[in-house]
Order: sequence, then C-alpha cells, then structure tokens
Amino acid sequence: MEKTLKKDPAQKAGTAIAACLIAALYIFLILLDNVLPANSFTLMLIPVLKKGAIYSLICVSMNLLNGFTGLFSLGQAGFLLVGAYTYAIFSIPADQHAAVYQYFDGGAVGFSIPEALGKALGENAGNFLGAVVCIIIAGLVAAAFAALIGIPVLRLKSDYLAIATLGFAEIIRAIFQWNGLGPVTNGSNMLRKYTNFSAIKIGDIKLATAFPFFISMICIALIVLLIHSSYGRAFKAVRDDEVAAEAMGISLFKHKMLSFVISSFFAGVGGALLAMYQTTIQASAFKSAMTYEILLIVVIGGIGSVSGSCIASFLYIACNEWWLRFLDSGSFFGLSVPFFRDGFRKVVFSVLIMVIVLFFSRGIMGDRELSFAGLLRRHKKKAASGAEGGGQA
Amino acid sequence: MSAFIQAKLPYLLSGISVGGQYALIAIGYTMVYGILRLINFAHGDVFMVAGLLMVYLTTAMPMYLSIPLVVAVTVALGFTIERVAYKPLRSAPRMSVMISAIGVSYLLQNCALYFTGGLAQIYPAIPWLSDSVTIGGATTKIVTLVTPVLTVALVFALVLFIQKTKIGMAMRAVSRDFETSQLMGIKINSVISMTFVIGCFLAAVGSLLYFTNYPSVVPTSGAMPGLKAFVAAVFGGIGSIPGAVIGAFIIGICENIIKGLGSNWTVFSDAFTFVLLIIILLVKPTGIFGEKATDKV
Repeated sequence: MEKTLKKDPAQKAGTAIAACLIAALYIFLILLDNVLPANSFTLMLIPVLKKGAIYSLICVSMNLLNGFTGLFSLGQAGFLLVGAYTYAIFSIPADQHAAVYQYFDGGAVGFSIPEALGKALGENAGNFLGAVVCIIIAGLVAAAFAALIGIPVLRLKSDYLAIATLGFAEIIRAIFQWNGLGPVTNGSNMLRKYTNFSAIKIGDIKLATAFPFFISMICIALIVLLIHSSYGRAFKAVRDDEVAAEAMGISLFKHKMLSFVISSFFAGVGGALLAMYQTTIQASAFKSAMTYEILLIVVIGGIGSVSGSCIASFLYIACNEWWLRFLDSGSFFGLSVPFFRDGFRKVVFSVLIMVIVLFFSRGIMGDRELSFAGLLRRHKKKAASGAEGGGQA
Repeated sequence: MSAFIQAKLPYLLSGISVGGQYALIAIGYTMVYGILRLINFAHGDVFMVAGLLMVYLTTAMPMYLSIPLVVAVTVALGFTIERVAYKPLRSAPRMSVMISAIGVSYLLQNCALYFTGGLAQIYPAIPWLSDSVTIGGATTKIVTLVTPVLTVALVFALVLFIQKTKIGMAMRAVSRDFETSQLMGIKINSVISMTFVIGCFLAAVGSLLYFTNYPSVVPTSGAMPGLKAFVAAVFGGIGSIPGAVIGAFIIGICENIIKGLGSNWTVFSDAFTFVLLIIILLVKPTGIFGEKATDKV
C-alpha cells in the first residue's frame, strides 16, 4: 500500500509543492524579520504568526491525546506551565538572578545554559543552541511529570480522566507558586530576563519569527510520523475500541502512557516557546481556562486532524488578536457602534465557537488531513469528470 | 487553649459556611451527572452569573424584589442552556456534550467580562445576612451561621421531593436507566429540564450566601467554586445527594483549615481539593455513597 502511494504522481507533485511552499514561507519569515519595514501591517502580522505557530504545536499535542488516542485529558495547561518554567529557569543569565529572584536571595540555580554555551561558542550560537537545549529539557521535564501523573490517572475512564487531569494541572500550578520552592520557581512572582525570540540570530540575520516556526514544524512533523507509525495505529485502535484493541494484543496502559508522555513532551516544548514569546511568565496565568481555550481550538480544527488544528490555531489567533479587534474598538468603518466595546470580540468569538460545537461538530477538517496530493487528485478528478461531461460533484 | 480556639474558630466557622455553599452548587452537578452523565462545566459560571445579576438588579430595585428575580432569572438561564446547548446533542458522544458545556462556560465568562468591562463588581450587602455577630470571641457574619442550617433544610426538602413526588420518582428512574425509562413513558426532556431548574435554583441560593462573604464578583469567580463543588460531588459518590452535601462540607472545612495553617500553605488550599479528588478516584472511584453498579455498559 505504501509503495503504490509513493509511486502516485499526485503524491510526488504534492510533496514538491509542499517543499516549495515551506521554503517560500521561511524566506518570507526571514525577510519579515530583517528587511521588510515595520509598519502597522507587519506589527500585527508578526505576533500573530509567532503565536499561531506556537499554538499549532500546543493544539496538535493536545489532539494527539484527545483526537488520536481518545484520552480526554484536560491537563494541558499544567504541562505548558512545567515547560515554560523549566525553560525560563535554565536560561535566565547568571548576572540577572539577583534581580529576578529578588525575594529569594538570587535563587538556587546560579547558571544559565545559553550563557554557558555562549562562552564556548560565541554569543549568537550560544543563544540559539542554548534555547534549543533548554526547550528540549523543558519537554523532558514535562514528560517526566506526565509519566508520574499517568500511573494513577490513566486507569480512569473518560470524564473521570478529564477531571483528574484538570485537578493535576491545578496541583502543579499550586506547587510552582509555593514559596517553599521559591529559590527555583520564584514563588508566585514572575520569571523574566530569560532568552527570548529577539535574541535568536545567526550572524546578523534575525530569526525571531522563523525560530518558533522551525521548532513547531519539526515537532509537528515528529508527531505526524508517530501517528503514521505502528504506535500511531495502536493509538487509533485504542481510541476506536479499547476492548477490541486489547483483544488484538495492544497493551492499553502502555500505549495510553506513551501517548500521554509524548503529548506532554510536546506541550512542554510549546510551553517553552510560549515563555519565549511572552518574555515574562507567571504561574497564575496557566489556569484551566487556558486548557479550555486550547481544547476549543482543537474542536474548531477537527478532533483527529493535525492540519485542522494548525489551521484553526492560526485562524483563532489571527481573529482574536487582529481581524476581530475592531469589535472592541467602538467603531466599524468609521461608524461608531455603541456596543462595540472591550470584550465584545470575545463574546462574538464564543458564540461562533458554540455554533461550531452545536452545528458543525466535525470542525473545519473533521478527521481528514489537508494534503497537496489530495487537492491535486481532486482537481484532476474534477477536470476529468468535467471533460466527460458528467455532472457529478 | 482558649487562645488557640479563638484563633482557629473563624477558620472552622467559615469552613462550615463555605462547605454549605459548595453543597448547594454540588447538588446541581450531582443531579445532572446522575441523569445525563455530563460534567456540567457551565454550572460554576451560572453561579457566577447569579452573583452578577444580584449586583445589577439591586441598583435598579429594592432587595425584596431583586432576590426572587435573581433566582428566577438564574433558573431561566439554566433551563435555556440545557435546551440550547445540551438537548441537540442528546444522541451525540458524551465528549461532545462535555465540549459543549466547556463552550457554554467560555461564553458565560466572556459575556460577563463584556458586561462588567473587566472590573470587579462590588457585591451588595444583604440586610441581616451581612450583619456581624460574635461567637466564642470570633467575629463573623450572620450568613456563616445561616448557611449550614439553610443548606440542610433545602437538602431535606429536596430529598423529600425526590422520594415522594411523581417527578422525583421519574428522576430516580431516569438516573437508573435512561433508555428504559423513556420506553416506560417518562417525558425525558421535562425530567432533564426539571433537574437543571432545581440545580440552578440551589446555585442561585448558594451564590447569595457565598458572595455575601466576599467583597466582589468577577467573571472568573465561578470557576473555582464550581470545580470544587464537582469534586465534592465525586467525593460523595456522584448521583448521591447526601454524598454531595457531606463531600462539600468536608472540602469546605479542610480547605479553610489549610488556610489557617499559615501563609506558606494558603497556596495549597485549592490544590488540596484536587489531591482529595485523585485519592478518592484511586481508592474508591464510586465515592463514599456511590452505587456499586460496575457492570453497566
């Protein structure tokens, strides 16, 4: 089956188109950071692109769990928090520790990975590699937390699992806010001054927008490879029918655990990128409302569709931060509308979400994937049926 | 010793009071879960909306009109939510209904954010309930003493209602077996609506008592009490009303005892609830009073 697909000309053309588009995208992103002038358009576009890329990864990681393994987990905010904090803790420069950990005598960590690498390799290379190393550590720590939580929690079913993971996310938040761990986590105060996107450069080329795309794309590609592997098929089998999957020799606990840990690893990576984007982080922001928001994006994109989650993330972020801003500003094409004031955008948004949940419960993509090969094939089919004079849609 | 009691008594009193308020919310969760097998994530937000309604209505009309109106509008809101957001999904997978509940919760919070403009709304002082009273050297509001009594009275009335009336019998039947009771001619939609009406009535009463203890209402005020009340319902055995009440009192009291331990531990007062949840789910997933029906498919 795989071989016949590979020989398919549409598949080949699709891969070529995708590769060209990705190359064009990176060229555009690098131009955006370095050459294009900063005007009101790019000032809105850049944050939307960055945040959209980060949310894509976070949503795909949640989709791996909820959509592909059928584990309805609501603990995503907790793993984002772990990732964000781990990243920040290891990348605050040593000389900034006194300022950041002002209530905890400069904290207990006392070193910074980007700085240490910077001394050996030069500042730019240090920042780049240091950020990558810290991001990986962030993912690993989040995965370790998930492995611990998974042992008790994954035995539970559907909504009990949801509420237990939600509970663990709250417990994680409380632990990170606890003053007893203050020398490491800075208690309930914010962490800042760590390496953010603006420090990521190669030579003189700034990569502030390309970097989150780069990391997200690698991670999403890894998730897609996983979904297409034998493990991914086992996940889907567990999702569709646990009893049947177990009868076919799939170890339920092992695969649920694998999915949970991997999803949390990528959530941790997403959390680290979110920390880089925000430049300051505070544990109190990672509430269950954040998990709900991510879940709703996954639902908009289609539960069980990676490309759907990515499309929905960019759409959601663009609408939320840019296109629907006029709803909050009090005027619409020069007309002043009295009920267009702060917060109206969110109301419109939540009504839209309810409409999608109630009437279009499959979301944008359902459980299909967007592929250029598929589009080409459909286009060819349409052309062919058009030539034959058949009116079939 | 007496100094110790004097120092700790306020925490115990407010624990009992908060427990009673959680109990009133938890009944809404446990009844809805018992019948629809749905965690109604929007219930905590309905509770918050009742608080905001009180703030707005008292500016327009006297207290004796606004309190019944708050209860009536909250009940209408709960009824509408069920009809609009849950009823169309009755044959859909359970997770879709849960997602819909999360969507409603998001909608209610955002609407509240819009109407309040993101500002904390000062909760009006309800005459008599907000007055101070001194017991054993500890000063507290009358509401602290009224809450447990009122909670127990309401729960007693509710249990009577469920045991003695026809619709109560229908509720018990539906929670036992959804499909069969439909076949037996029970109007399932009116039973479900009734469940939401009762749940929201109690949530509205709970919000009157709860927010009297706090200075203000914000759009996220409902989220935490809602989750805790749900945990209380799970702790007591989901579907069981006395279980939910006992669970709520235990959670309310423990939470306030932790607050009384010192400022270093206050951060864990919310997390403790979830630790309790996870322990009960692992040790006895059916809760204290849960039915032991395990062979349901």
